[in-house]
Amino acid sequence: MGRPATCYCMSGVKSMDVDLWKLYRMMFEIRCVEERIKSLWQAGLISGEMHLGTGEEAVIVGVVDHIRDGDALALDHRSTPPLIARGVDPVLIFKELLGQTDGLCAGQGGHMHLMSADHLVASSGIVGSAGPMAAGFSLAGQMLRPNSITVAFFGEGALNQGMLLESLNLAVIWKLPLLFVCKDNRWAITSPSQELTGGSIFDRAHGFGLSCRDVDGLDAEAAWRAAGEEIQRIRSGGGPGFIRARCSRLDGHFLGDPAPVLLRNPGELAKRTGPLIRASLSLRGAGTKERLNSLGGVTRLLRQLAARQEDPVTLLRDRIAGESQRLNVLEREVAEQVEAAAAQALAGEDSR
Amino acid sequence: MSKMNFSEAVDSALAQAMAEDSRIIVFGEDTHTLRLNLRARFGEQRVRSTPISESAFLGAAVGAAMAGLRPVVEIMIIDFIAVAASALLNEAAKIEAFSGGRWNVPLVIRSACGGGYGDGGQHEQSLWGWLAHIPGLQIVVPSNPADAGGLFLGSLNYPGPVVFLEHKLLSNDWLEFMGRGGRTTVRFDVPEAGARAHVSRRWNPISPGRASVVREGDDLTMVSVAVGVHRCLEAAKVLAEDGITAGVIDLRTVSPLDTGTVCSAIEKSGRLLVVDEDYMRFGLSGELAATALERGVRLKYRRVCTETTIPYARHLEDQVLPNTSRILAAARELVG
Repeated sequence: MGRPATCYCMSGVKSMDVDLWKLYRMMFEIRCVEERIKSLWQAGLISGEMHLGTGEEAVIVGVVDHIRDGDALALDHRSTPPLIARGVDPVLIFKELLGQTDGLCAGQGGHMHLMSADHLVASSGIVGSAGPMAAGFSLAGQMLRPNSITVAFFGEGALNQGMLLESLNLAVIWKLPLLFVCKDNRWAITSPSQELTGGSIFDRAHGFGLSCRDVDGLDAEAAWRAAGEEIQRIRSGGGPGFIRARCSRLDGHFLGDPAPVLLRNPGELAKRTGPLIRASLSLRGAGTKERLNSLGGVTRLLRQLAARQEDPVTLLRDRIAGESQRLNVLEREVAEQVEAAAAQALAGEDSR
Repeated sequence: MSKMNFSEAVDSALAQAMAEDSRIIVFGEDTHTLRLNLRARFGEQRVRSTPISESAFLGAAVGAAMAGLRPVVEIMIIDFIAVAASALLNEAAKIEAFSGGRWNVPLVIRSACGGGYGDGGQHEQSLWGWLAHIPGLQIVVPSNPADAGGLFLGSLNYPGPVVFLEHKLLSNDWLEFMGRGGRTTVRFDVPEAGARAHVSRRWNPISPGRASVVREGDDLTMVSVAVGVHRCLEAAKVLAEDGITAGVIDLRTVSPLDTGTVCSAIEKSGRLLVVDEDYMRFGLSGELAATALERGVRLKYRRVCTETTIPYARHLEDQVLPNTSRILAAARELVG
């Protein structure tokens, strides 16, 4: 982990009043939508891969709450949370994921390519592509919409992708009104990022000449304040910024990730151990020491997978739980809304 | 009417459009040198130089087009598109489909292509067939200054992504930059009619997708683009001396392909000779044969294409790229 070269500055924070209830409502809605998506995927009603943003909600709402009309968002493969936070109709999202022709993208885009021209929001399934896309969005913003900004969301794994690093450079030399938000959940698909990343990602961004902040992305208020200050600075022409927000990944890389699949179906483990033992004992190949190292890598990975992950939704809930009645009302309301949206989508095409 | 070089014609059409539409911006490597005149007229904000980062700036062009600009992005030579393939293949070409037709990418990718000046296999490829393989892209390959200017304006008017290719043997600017380099000691087989010609004072757009019959002839139909068109015309003249009338079609656009014009010519001649500087396998030449067969056109068929990696040595390069003697041999086989 790199030391923040630009420290999180407290000045100006007091002038910004955070509304934790508003943030919690957004986070809880996102969680409800994604839990519903998970059940629809399990039921086989959603096809293909499904990457949830569970564990990223605090940083998403902390940033997107500062977005106005005319601003743009370039998203990665975990696009449902920012789309919901941006105000895209969940019915249209459910319909799209269910493959209906009246979905958000007419059933042509699906989970990894959700986009809305009306909101200037586009996602992509190619890791790192939010960088170039955001550079283009913010270039258009710079020339056509004064004081607008663009946010790029991506994971720390994407910072080993050339196009994203190139975009950091492009943003600096063109002084683009662009905030790069790195959701650092410490995992690149099924690999621990630490093992694949030279140096510190924070130092990398700083090396390009970006204004950089390190923030606890599990703390919605901290994320909201850091993003608010950074976005204010960018809006007033201060040039691009970078936020590294440490967060969690509660549902694996995707719902088909072998780790959560094994957790859900312990029986799967037996199917995998037989071939593993046979491969380890097969004649010809690496020497014994190297074989033992490989097996040691498996246990090291399992240990890292077993590490407890904080849930940002629970963390914020604990902070406002004192007003239990208000909390119960909010949660009931939101859960009902989301269920109604899912039901409307499930009723079939043209059910709006 | 005035005479213009190929790239001059493109720049002139671009300048006409930029004067009328402030959303048009130009960016790419070295535009401060290569597009100095445009930069002098329209300023540094609208004519930008980029770092050598094709992945980022082509991807940015897609985003800029989606968010309201009309970018002309320059990939210096088309070989370099490989560096930025994802931006083209996975973003530019797919946004309209992914959005259910609700979001367009009005983007022109301007790039030099082609060989014939001894620069080797990483800087002389054509790749139009490779690009045209991708649904969602238009691929424009003009053969002369008048078409180049008109088609460039047509490409700017098109609401989706267009790859606009300028063959280096037709573009004196590119040939000077990459081949001649200030020397008077090197020679290139430049088809003059394609490199410099009369153009109208004001540009009118030519929409991509329409071929042009540049020579009538019923014994055989030759189909090509860019420099290949001029090689075909040269061959047709020689064939005429033998009493063979060869028609020549300049496709002008590889995608969409003007199948109507091609098929009605083959219906008359019954013989198709494709001259394609791009790679032979799985490309434009096979596509034209398939198109004719699907339409039930009966034909005899030959093709003259680039079959291997383009060699550096000039005499080897001359043999690998389609040349007039290879075209003549194939034509005589067809009519013989």
